[in-house]
Amino acid sequence: MDGASALSLVFSGDPTLYAIVQLSLIVTLSAVALAAIVGLPLGALVALTRFPGRSAVIVVLNAMMGLPPVVVGLIVFLALSRSGPLGALGLLFTPQAMIIAQAVLIAPIIAALTRQVIEDLWAEYRDELTAMEVSAAARVQALLWEARFSLVAILLAGFGRAAAEVGAVMIVGGNIAGHTRVMTTTIALETSKGNLALAIGLGLVLITIILGVNTLAWGVRHWAERHAG
Amino acid sequence: MRGDGLLDSGDIATDRPVLALERVGVRAGDTAILSNIDLVIGAGRPTVLMGPNGSGKTTLLRVMMGLTAANEGRVDAANTARRAFVFQKPVMLKRTARDNVVFALQAAGRISTPAHAMALLGRVGLSALADRPARRLSGGEQQRLALARALARKPDILFLDEPTASLDPAQTKAVEDIVADVAASGVKVVMATHDLGQARRLAGDVVFLVRGRLVERSPAETFFSQPRTVEARRFLAGDLVI
Repeated sequence: MDGASALSLVFSGDPTLYAIVQLSLIVTLSAVALAAIVGLPLGALVALTRFPGRSAVIVVLNAMMGLPPVVVGLIVFLALSRSGPLGALGLLFTPQAMIIAQAVLIAPIIAALTRQVIEDLWAEYRDELTAMEVSAAARVQALLWEARFSLVAILLAGFGRAAAEVGAVMIVGGNIAGHTRVMTTTIALETSKGNLALAIGLGLVLITIILGVNTLAWGVRHWAERHAG
Repeated sequence: MRGDGLLDSGDIATDRPVLALERVGVRAGDTAILSNIDLVIGAGRPTVLMGPNGSGKTTLLRVMMGLTAANEGRVDAANTARRAFVFQKPVMLKRTARDNVVFALQAAGRISTPAHAMALLGRVGLSALADRPARRLSGGEQQRLALARALARKPDILFLDEPTASLDPAQTKAVEDIVADVAASGVKVVMATHDLGQARRLAGDVVFLVRGRLVERSPAETFFSQPRTVEARRFLAGDLVI
């Protein structure tokens, strides 16, 4: 019965459900974009530069891929709370706070995986780019572009992690109906209330979105590889 | 120009030197890759590095290009000498042939319009393949594209590391024609090859290496007709020089 109700909710265009889906996508895509802006160049820089403590940075980056979402939520909460260093911004319990929390959660994933991809690529391109006297900044740019197909997969991993995350956004967003309620927090809440139809409906939508985004990215990647080599 | 008593510079014209190596040595751990190399590269016809596998040809080219640091000795290039390198297996950027050249032009700080890139592609006979992904080109086409990228630097010295090692005769001729044309335009070509026929066709002078040591330096005609050293005679006779 719950399953049938869930499908009915999905296909009837229930405004509550679709508002939640819309907010979820806005938050997660914004977080991925923010994390990519930080993580991609950071990963490439660590891959291409040698400095004291580089190994420690790599170990920390790799370790941060396993950051517990609730801990990230707690840290962002403390930073954004009224008495915290960023309290004056008044972002706590807003979608912006949720974007920050998700970005903090996935930026290390993007940076660590990018570092590995770029470092492997650098081994292949080092001689050519050195012989061409490509500047350090241009190397970062060029290798990120050369790795674009692999980086899409990395961004997808970040998207999946952010979209499925519940603990951090629950803490910093507050799960306020119509304001900061996203798919994962709604599923948790409605399940605890016994409203399984909405929970299952959102679960189906969430899985469909992740599957759809991955299918689209796979298609784009194969098309691009055929045309760009 | 004398190395370990083995090197005789003969009558090589080095009045306009573009590159000089003085007692250069390269080591990998306890193994000497190059030992005590004294060499002056002058302007003019191509200088060809010859020798059996493992003799140090590639390492010597890399040292002259600045890609490998010498553990001993020094390398001096003319102040304004711009260098370019074509590898035995060039790595193509994942973009079109034209965009590979555009990238090389940008890296060299030169005007990098598609028209400039097309002019270089025309010089290596790849105009028709400008829009093709570079990694989809054949081995010979990739090697010619690598030449176009190198020429984008407007080099004074062009280093080539066995550029035709895995190419068929037709592709080899296409590459050799470009190299000859580049050399005729005033670019100093320094090329490693183990192909005796190619060396005869292109070389102005030959630098012969064995086990990381420079054992003979002669004008090409002299090297092929009257090699001075036992190693060179055995190499030219087709004997295994180890």
